[in-house]
Amino acid sequence: MTRKETVGDVAKESIPLNTGAVIRTPGNTKKYHTGSWRTFRPVIDQKTCIKCGTCWRVCPDAAIYIDKDGKYRINYDYCKGCLICFRECPVKAISKELEQK
Amino acid sequence: MKTVIEASEAVALGAKLSRVKVCPMYPITPSTHIPERISDYIFDGEMDAEMIHVESEHSAASALIGSILTGARSFTATSSNGFELMYEILPILSGMRLPAVMAVANRAVAGPINIWNDHSDAVSARDQGWVQFYVESSQECIDTIIQCYKIAEDKNVQMPVMMCLDGFSLTHVFENVDIPEQKQVDSFLPPFKREDILDVKNPKTFGPIGLPDSFMNFKKQQQDAMINAIDVIKKANLDYKKLFGRGYGDGLIELYKMDDAEYAILAMGTICGTAKAKAEELRAKGKKVGVIRLRSYRPFPVEALKKAFKKLTRLAVLDRHISLGSDGPLFTEINAIAPGLDVFGYIAGLGGRDVTLDHMESVYLDLETGKQKREWLM
Amino acid sequence: MVLKEVRFHGRGGQGAVTSSQVLAIAAFHDGKFTQAFPNFGVERTGAPVESYTRIDDKHINVRSHVYSPAYVIVLDPSLMANVDVTKGLKKDALIIVNSNKTPSELGLKGFDAKSIDITKVALEVIGKPFVNIAALGAFAAMTGEVSIEALNKAIDERFAEKGKIAGLNKEACRVLYEKAKGMK
Repeated sequence: MTRKETVGDVAKESIPLNTGAVIRTPGNTKKYHTGSWRTFRPVIDQKTCIKCGTCWRVCPDAAIYIDKDGKYRINYDYCKGCLICFRECPVKAISKELEQK
Repeated sequence: MKTVIEASEAVALGAKLSRVKVCPMYPITPSTHIPERISDYIFDGEMDAEMIHVESEHSAASALIGSILTGARSFTATSSNGFELMYEILPILSGMRLPAVMAVANRAVAGPINIWNDHSDAVSARDQGWVQFYVESSQECIDTIIQCYKIAEDKNVQMPVMMCLDGFSLTHVFENVDIPEQKQVDSFLPPFKREDILDVKNPKTFGPIGLPDSFMNFKKQQQDAMINAIDVIKKANLDYKKLFGRGYGDGLIELYKMDDAEYAILAMGTICGTAKAKAEELRAKGKKVGVIRLRSYRPFPVEALKKAFKKLTRLAVLDRHISLGSDGPLFTEINAIAPGLDVFGYIAGLGGRDVTLDHMESVYLDLETGKQKREWLM
Repeated sequence: MVLKEVRFHGRGGQGAVTSSQVLAIAAFHDGKFTQAFPNFGVERTGAPVESYTRIDDKHINVRSHVYSPAYVIVLDPSLMANVDVTKGLKKDALIIVNSNKTPSELGLKGFDAKSIDITKVALEVIGKPFVNIAALGAFAAMTGEVSIEALNKAIDERFAEKGKIAGLNKEACRVLYEKAKGMK
């Protein structure tokens, strides 16, 4: 690779080179699916769940959401498999399963 | 309006005339009179601005980020160790390309504790992406603060600007000042407009991570902006001169009796005035001496300086700061751009040590005889 | 004219810094260029304080301390026990001392020194020992460096928000100006 080719060569995943590194299109984090990072997948047993909201509160990626029926669900596009929810669930309604990769 | 005021008040008036909206400030000697005056203006209803009483200088600088991102023209002032406490935020402001303006009432940094003037605070931050002006008079304070906003907000610059004025030696001096009319200032400095602001209806991300694949590109943009600032500073000086009748050299450097000078002193700030007074005296005795006052330290005006050096036999550089273990930073930098010139280096006026007419005479004598090349002016 | 420098000696709280500023404002009203600044020390009430005024016809370039003033004003003669008010003075310098003693009684032999009882006038006119502005009346008469009209204007400007103190100071200045006229 020549020197000229490397100057100003920015990888596609990088942020746009706007003045002051401002990102003008909001919500770009959404495009970044971190679900593939998981080794273990947390699974909620809806029968045991008491809907206390602990998992929803402690999830560092806001990957747990409440569906229209009021049930707690995990968005596996973003869940990194940290298992904090698994550890914190007071009724042990969350189990962990090894991801098949 | 012509009057006699303190330089600190001239700075505060500059901010007021620039229609500054937010002032996060934390007082520290010798900059304290600046927030005091601004408080007066706000309390008296003369200035439509918000003074944020922050808990530290670190917070003052941090609050500048938020206030500018709301689209408000913002101002602060500090000195010495207060400046050092801001240090972490200085490159963030410039990295985010926020046109903050700050007055630095230059004071030695401790220790030992010292409240008096030298340039060790601001000069040590020369690499943090701020345009740096060093001024000589109260008149220049008021004029430069107004110009600072014009330069900082220029679309080709968008960098923060600090105006450095010598603590006590200038901040506490009452002298003749011609205060510009608000109307004229308004015609010079339009209201602050910014494309990227905090807006819930149009959310954006500010201050994201810059990975190795983009960080260097952003630094290159900042360097380009700094180089752009050279012409923008010149134009601001020229436009200001057209409107108000006052200019400071070409905006970058000011030359005093340099047309046929063989020997010159180069320095920044108030000691240039003392050098001018001595040069005037020596000129009357037929000596071909002059003064080069560096007004813009960042960006460093290489071409303007080289041009000023052309006819010189010898040059003395007076630093009011020492890069311990190396040398005066200005001396080092001048040497780098003037390889053929005989440059003498002096460390002067640290921690309020007065730089006198006698000092200036001894420097000019050194230049004439060519003997003493390096000295601390004690 | 050549650049004239004035040095004020006072005690912290006595108003020497204000004196230097009012003199500068007065000189400005006479059409002059001027600088006024304190000795950049750590000021405490009662401690010896110095402040300076520079006056010239053109913009003043020099910004070092004042080393050899043409005029010295001593607001409190008791300072002279610890402070050398004659330091740096050339032979043609004038020293004005607020005192009811003669210059030679004060030990100011070999210098052009004049003493005038400013405290007495201040007590009579203002009712308090405010000597800092009153002293400028004597200075104006003895040196001619500033006009009494400009001085009055400067006092009005500086004490605009302080009620009758401006009027009292102007009156004290006038009395001392008249008194000192004969001493020029």
